[in-house]
Amino acid sequence: MFDLTGKTALVTGASGGIGGAIATALHGAGATVGLSGTRTAPLEELAAALGDRAHVLPCNLSDADAVNALPKQAIEAMGGLDILVNNAGITRDNLFMRMSDEDWAQVLDVNLTSTMRLCKGVVRPMMKARWGRIINISSIVGSTGNPGQANYAAAKAGMVGLSKSIAYEVASRGITVNCVAPGFIATAMTDKLNDDQKSGILGQIPAGRMGNADEIAAAVLYLASPEAGYVTGATLHVNGGMAML
Amino acid sequence: MSDVADRVRKIVVEHLGVEEDKVVENASFIDDLGADSLDTVELVMAFEEEFGIEIPDDAAETIQTFGDAVRFIKEAQ
Repeated sequence: MFDLTGKTALVTGASGGIGGAIATALHGAGATVGLSGTRTAPLEELAAALGDRAHVLPCNLSDADAVNALPKQAIEAMGGLDILVNNAGITRDNLFMRMSDEDWAQVLDVNLTSTMRLCKGVVRPMMKARWGRIINISSIVGSTGNPGQANYAAAKAGMVGLSKSIAYEVASRGITVNCVAPGFIATAMTDKLNDDQKSGILGQIPAGRMGNADEIAAAVLYLASPEAGYVTGATLHVNGGMAML
Repeated sequence: MSDVADRVRKIVVEHLGVEEDKVVENASFIDDLGADSLDTVELVMAFEEEFGIEIPDDAAETIQTFGDAVRFIKEAQ
Protein backbone atom coordinates (compact mmCIF):
# COMPACT_ATOMS: atom_id res chain seq x y z
CA MET A 1 0.00 0.00 0.00
CA PHE A 2 2.75 2.48 0.92
CA ASP A 3 5.40 3.03 -1.72
CA LEU A 4 8.84 4.29 -0.72
CA THR A 5 10.57 3.52 -4.00
CA GLY A 6 13.50 5.89 -4.50
CA LYS A 7 13.50 7.01 -0.85
CA THR A 8 16.43 6.51 1.50
CA ALA A 9 16.01 5.70 5.19
CA LEU A 10 18.41 5.58 8.13
CA VAL A 11 17.33 3.35 11.03
CA THR A 12 19.25 3.35 14.31
CA GLY A 13 19.19 0.33 16.56
CA ALA A 14 18.64 -1.83 13.50
CA SER A 15 20.39 -4.74 15.21
CA GLY A 16 17.51 -5.02 17.68
CA GLY A 17 14.10 -6.65 17.26
CA ILE A 18 12.04 -3.53 16.62
CA GLY A 19 14.74 -1.75 14.59
CA GLY A 20 15.23 -4.78 12.38
CA ALA A 21 11.50 -5.03 11.74
CA ILE A 22 11.33 -1.31 10.91
CA ALA A 23 14.23 -1.56 8.45
CA THR A 24 12.65 -4.63 6.86
CA ALA A 25 9.29 -2.90 6.46
CA LEU A 26 10.78 0.25 4.91
CA HIS A 27 12.95 -1.88 2.63
CA GLY A 28 9.92 -3.97 1.67
CA ALA A 29 8.13 -0.78 0.59
CA GLY A 30 11.00 -0.02 -1.79
CA ALA A 31 13.28 2.22 0.29
CA THR A 32 17.05 2.00 0.38
CA VAL A 33 17.95 1.49 4.03
CA GLY A 34 20.96 2.39 6.17
CA LEU A 35 21.24 -0.01 9.08
CA SER A 36 22.90 1.52 12.11
CA GLY A 37 23.75 0.00 15.46
CA THR A 38 26.67 -0.80 17.71
CA ARG A 39 26.93 -4.50 16.93
CA THR A 40 28.13 -5.03 13.37
CA ALA A 41 27.46 -8.77 13.04
CA PRO A 42 23.64 -8.62 13.31
CA LEU A 43 23.61 -5.60 11.00
CA GLU A 44 25.60 -7.52 8.38
CA GLU A 45 23.22 -10.44 8.80
CA LEU A 46 20.18 -8.26 8.29
CA ALA A 47 21.75 -6.54 5.27
CA ALA A 48 22.51 -9.93 3.73
CA ALA A 49 18.91 -11.06 4.33
CA LEU A 50 17.52 -7.87 2.75
CA GLY A 51 19.83 -8.07 -0.27
CA ASP A 52 20.07 -4.98 -2.48
CA ARG A 53 19.42 -1.48 -1.17
CA ALA A 54 20.81 -2.19 2.32
CA HIS A 55 23.88 -0.51 3.83
CA VAL A 56 25.56 -1.24 7.14
CA LEU A 57 26.50 1.93 9.05
CA PRO A 58 27.80 1.01 12.51
CA CYS A 59 27.71 3.80 15.08
CA ASN A 60 28.15 4.09 18.83
CA LEU A 61 25.41 6.49 19.87
CA SER A 62 27.18 7.45 23.10
CA ASP A 63 30.03 8.90 20.99
CA ALA A 64 29.00 12.43 19.99
CA ASP A 65 31.47 12.72 17.12
CA ALA A 66 30.35 9.39 15.67
CA VAL A 67 26.71 10.45 15.93
CA ASN A 68 27.37 13.78 14.23
CA ALA A 69 29.17 11.99 11.39
CA LEU A 70 26.44 9.39 10.83
CA PRO A 71 24.04 11.43 8.65
CA LYS A 72 26.89 12.33 6.28
CA GLN A 73 27.99 8.70 6.08
CA ALA A 74 24.42 7.67 5.36
CA ILE A 75 24.08 10.25 2.59
CA GLU A 76 27.38 9.13 1.05
CA ALA A 77 26.33 5.49 1.16
CA MET A 78 22.75 5.93 -0.04
CA GLY A 79 22.89 9.12 -2.09
CA GLY A 80 20.41 10.93 0.13
CA LEU A 81 18.51 10.81 3.38
CA ASP A 82 14.74 11.18 3.22
CA ILE A 83 13.65 9.24 6.29
CA LEU A 84 15.25 9.07 9.74
CA VAL A 85 14.06 6.57 12.32
CA ASN A 86 15.56 7.12 15.77
CA ASN A 87 14.89 3.73 17.26
CA ALA A 88 18.02 2.92 19.27
CA GLY A 89 17.57 2.86 23.00
CA ILE A 90 19.11 1.48 26.16
CA THR A 91 17.81 0.94 29.67
CA ARG A 92 19.61 1.24 33.00
CA ASP A 93 16.73 0.46 35.32
CA ASN A 94 16.87 1.10 39.02
CA LEU A 95 14.69 2.51 41.75
CA PHE A 96 14.90 6.26 41.53
CA MET A 97 16.44 6.56 44.99
CA ARG A 98 19.23 4.25 43.89
CA MET A 99 19.68 5.63 40.39
CA SER A 100 23.21 6.87 39.86
CA ASP A 101 24.10 9.99 37.92
CA GLU A 102 25.84 7.72 35.48
CA ASP A 103 22.74 5.59 34.83
CA TRP A 104 20.79 8.78 34.29
CA ALA A 105 23.38 10.35 31.97
CA GLN A 106 23.91 7.25 29.84
CA VAL A 107 20.22 6.74 29.18
CA LEU A 108 19.61 10.42 28.42
CA ASP A 109 22.67 10.53 26.21
CA VAL A 110 21.91 7.51 24.05
CA ASN A 111 18.12 7.79 23.98
CA LEU A 112 17.55 11.54 23.82
CA THR A 113 20.72 13.48 23.01
CA SER A 114 21.70 11.23 20.13
CA THR A 115 18.18 11.64 18.72
CA MET A 116 18.61 15.41 18.88
CA ARG A 117 22.01 15.21 17.16
CA LEU A 118 20.73 13.00 14.36
CA CYS A 119 17.67 15.20 13.83
CA LYS A 120 19.97 18.20 13.53
CA GLY A 121 22.13 16.39 11.00
CA VAL A 122 19.26 15.41 8.72
CA VAL A 123 17.14 18.55 8.83
CA ARG A 124 19.46 20.49 6.54
CA PRO A 125 19.34 18.05 3.60
CA MET A 126 15.62 17.54 4.18
CA MET A 127 14.98 21.29 4.08
CA LYS A 128 16.80 21.50 0.78
CA ALA A 129 14.82 18.59 -0.60
CA ARG A 130 11.55 20.07 0.70
CA TRP A 131 10.65 16.57 1.89
CA GLY A 132 11.54 14.59 4.94
CA ARG A 133 10.25 12.19 7.53
CA ILE A 134 11.61 11.91 11.05
CA ILE A 135 10.13 9.18 13.21
CA ASN A 136 11.29 8.93 16.79
CA ILE A 137 10.56 5.74 18.68
CA SER A 138 9.38 6.84 22.10
CA SER A 139 7.61 4.56 24.59
CA ILE A 140 4.39 4.20 26.49
CA VAL A 141 6.38 4.87 29.68
CA GLY A 142 7.17 8.37 28.42
CA SER A 143 3.47 9.10 28.95
CA THR A 144 2.60 6.83 31.87
CA GLY A 145 5.87 6.61 33.81
CA ASN A 146 7.14 3.30 35.12
CA PRO A 147 8.71 2.33 38.43
CA GLY A 148 12.41 1.72 38.02
CA GLN A 149 12.60 3.69 34.80
CA ALA A 150 12.82 7.36 35.80
CA ASN A 151 15.73 7.86 33.41
CA TYR A 152 14.18 5.95 30.50
CA ALA A 153 10.75 7.54 30.94
CA ALA A 154 12.31 11.01 31.10
CA ALA A 155 14.26 10.38 27.90
CA LYS A 156 11.20 8.99 26.09
CA ALA A 157 8.97 11.88 27.20
CA GLY A 158 11.76 14.22 26.16
CA MET A 159 11.68 12.77 22.67
CA VAL A 160 8.02 13.77 22.35
CA GLY A 161 8.69 17.40 23.29
CA LEU A 162 11.72 17.48 21.02
CA SER A 163 9.75 16.05 18.11
CA LYS A 164 6.86 18.48 18.51
CA SER A 165 9.19 21.48 18.62
CA ILE A 166 11.09 20.42 15.51
CA ALA A 167 7.77 19.62 13.83
CA TYR A 168 6.66 23.23 14.33
CA GLU A 169 9.85 24.63 12.88
CA VAL A 170 10.08 22.55 9.73
CA ALA A 171 6.44 21.85 8.84
CA SER A 172 6.45 24.50 6.11
CA ARG A 173 9.29 22.67 4.37
CA GLY A 174 7.48 19.41 3.81
CA ILE A 175 9.18 17.68 6.73
CA THR A 176 7.12 15.81 9.29
CA VAL A 177 8.34 14.78 12.73
CA ASN A 178 6.37 12.20 14.68
CA CYS A 179 6.78 9.66 17.43
CA VAL A 180 5.69 6.07 17.68
CA ALA A 181 5.18 4.95 21.28
CA PRO A 182 5.25 1.18 21.64
CA GLY A 183 3.68 -0.55 24.63
CA PHE A 184 5.01 -3.95 25.61
CA ILE A 185 6.55 -5.55 22.56
CA ALA A 186 8.08 -9.02 22.58
CA THR A 187 11.83 -8.37 22.10
CA ALA A 188 15.10 -9.18 23.81
CA MET A 189 14.39 -6.25 26.14
CA THR A 190 11.09 -7.75 27.37
CA ASP A 191 12.52 -11.31 27.43
CA LYS A 192 14.48 -10.22 30.49
CA LEU A 193 11.23 -9.92 32.48
CA ASN A 194 10.33 -12.88 34.71
CA ASP A 195 7.00 -14.76 34.43
CA ASP A 196 5.41 -12.89 37.32
CA GLN A 197 6.30 -9.57 35.72
CA LYS A 198 4.98 -10.77 32.37
CA SER A 199 1.62 -11.98 33.70
CA GLY A 200 1.29 -8.73 35.65
CA ILE A 201 1.82 -6.79 32.47
CA LEU A 202 -0.56 -8.90 30.38
CA GLY A 203 -3.31 -8.22 32.92
CA GLN A 204 -3.01 -4.54 32.06
CA ILE A 205 -3.26 -4.98 28.31
CA PRO A 206 -6.82 -5.07 26.96
CA ALA A 207 -5.59 -6.91 23.86
CA GLY A 208 -4.37 -9.67 26.21
CA ARG A 209 -1.00 -10.12 24.52
CA MET A 210 2.29 -8.40 23.94
CA GLY A 211 2.72 -6.65 20.66
CA ASN A 212 5.18 -7.77 18.04
CA ALA A 213 7.88 -5.78 16.32
CA ASP A 214 6.08 -5.87 12.97
CA GLU A 215 3.20 -3.94 14.50
CA ILE A 216 5.58 -1.12 15.41
CA ALA A 217 7.18 -1.28 11.98
CA ALA A 218 3.77 -0.86 10.33
CA ALA A 219 3.16 2.34 12.28
CA VAL A 220 6.59 3.66 11.25
CA LEU A 221 5.95 2.72 7.63
CA TYR A 222 2.72 4.72 7.65
CA LEU A 223 4.38 7.82 9.14
CA ALA A 224 7.24 7.52 6.63
CA SER A 225 4.89 7.34 3.67
CA PRO A 226 3.84 10.19 1.38
CA GLU A 227 0.26 9.47 2.52
CA ALA A 228 1.10 10.71 6.05
CA GLY A 229 2.26 14.12 4.81
CA TYR A 230 -0.34 15.99 6.89
CA VAL A 231 0.49 14.17 10.12
CA THR A 232 3.16 15.96 12.14
CA GLY A 233 3.95 16.46 15.82
CA ALA A 234 1.86 13.40 16.60
CA THR A 235 2.57 10.42 18.81
CA LEU A 236 1.12 7.19 17.51
CA HIS A 237 0.55 4.84 20.45
CA VAL A 238 0.80 1.16 19.59
CA ASN A 239 0.07 -0.63 22.83
CA GLY A 240 -2.92 -2.97 22.59
CA GLY A 241 -5.04 -0.51 24.52
CA MET A 242 -2.73 -0.52 27.56
CA ALA A 243 -2.94 3.26 27.73
CA MET A 244 -5.50 5.03 25.58
CA LEU A 245 -3.86 8.39 25.04
CA MET B 1 28.54 45.85 -9.08
CA SER B 2 30.72 43.13 -7.72
CA ASP B 3 30.47 39.52 -8.68
CA VAL B 4 29.73 38.52 -5.07
CA ALA B 5 26.80 40.93 -4.85
CA ASP B 6 25.34 39.59 -8.09
CA ARG B 7 25.57 36.03 -6.94
CA VAL B 8 24.09 36.84 -3.52
CA ARG B 9 21.27 38.79 -5.14
CA LYS B 10 20.49 35.87 -7.44
CA ILE B 11 20.19 33.52 -4.47
CA VAL B 12 17.96 35.95 -2.57
CA VAL B 13 15.70 36.53 -5.57
CA GLU B 14 15.35 32.83 -6.24
CA HIS B 15 14.82 31.82 -2.64
CA LEU B 16 12.47 34.55 -1.49
CA GLY B 17 10.74 35.14 -4.81
CA VAL B 18 11.22 38.91 -4.67
CA GLU B 19 11.88 41.45 -7.43
CA GLU B 20 15.53 42.01 -8.16
CA ASP B 21 15.31 45.78 -7.64
CA LYS B 22 14.02 45.26 -4.07
CA VAL B 23 17.29 43.58 -3.12
CA VAL B 24 19.25 46.70 -2.19
CA GLU B 25 22.12 47.36 0.23
CA ASN B 26 19.96 48.01 3.30
CA ALA B 27 17.13 45.61 2.47
CA SER B 28 16.41 43.50 5.55
CA PHE B 29 15.66 39.89 4.70
CA ILE B 30 12.92 39.68 7.31
CA ASP B 31 11.50 43.22 7.41
CA ASP B 32 11.74 44.17 3.75
CA LEU B 33 11.96 40.96 1.76
CA GLY B 34 9.37 38.87 3.59
CA ALA B 35 11.68 36.15 4.87
CA ASP B 36 10.77 34.15 7.96
CA SER B 37 13.39 32.94 10.43
CA LEU B 38 13.71 29.61 8.66
CA ASP B 39 14.26 31.40 5.33
CA THR B 40 17.24 33.21 6.83
CA VAL B 41 18.75 29.88 7.89
CA GLU B 42 18.22 28.55 4.38
CA LEU B 43 19.76 31.65 2.81
CA VAL B 44 22.87 31.19 4.91
CA MET B 45 22.98 27.53 3.85
CA ALA B 46 22.73 28.63 0.22
CA PHE B 47 25.50 31.22 0.66
CA GLU B 48 27.74 28.59 2.24
CA GLU B 49 27.24 26.32 -0.71
CA GLU B 50 27.58 28.95 -3.43
CA PHE B 51 30.80 30.41 -2.02
CA GLY B 52 32.30 27.31 -0.43
CA ILE B 53 32.59 28.96 2.97
CA GLU B 54 31.40 28.17 6.47
CA ILE B 55 29.24 30.67 8.27
CA PRO B 56 29.11 29.89 12.00
CA ASP B 57 25.76 30.34 13.77
CA ASP B 58 26.85 33.40 15.74
CA ALA B 59 28.01 35.10 12.54
CA ALA B 60 24.86 34.06 10.72
CA GLU B 61 22.80 35.96 13.29
CA THR B 62 24.55 39.20 12.33
CA ILE B 63 23.59 38.85 8.67
CA GLN B 64 20.32 40.77 8.60
CA THR B 65 20.47 42.62 5.31
CA PHE B 66 21.62 42.03 1.75
CA GLY B 67 24.57 44.36 2.40
CA ASP B 68 25.52 42.39 5.55
CA ALA B 69 25.62 39.19 3.53
CA VAL B 70 27.79 40.62 0.76
CA ARG B 71 30.23 42.16 3.24
CA PHE B 72 30.49 38.98 5.28
CA ILE B 73 31.10 36.78 2.27
CA LYS B 74 33.73 39.10 0.82
CA GLU B 75 35.62 39.04 4.11
CA ALA B 76 35.27 35.28 4.49
CA GLN B 77 36.60 34.49 1.02
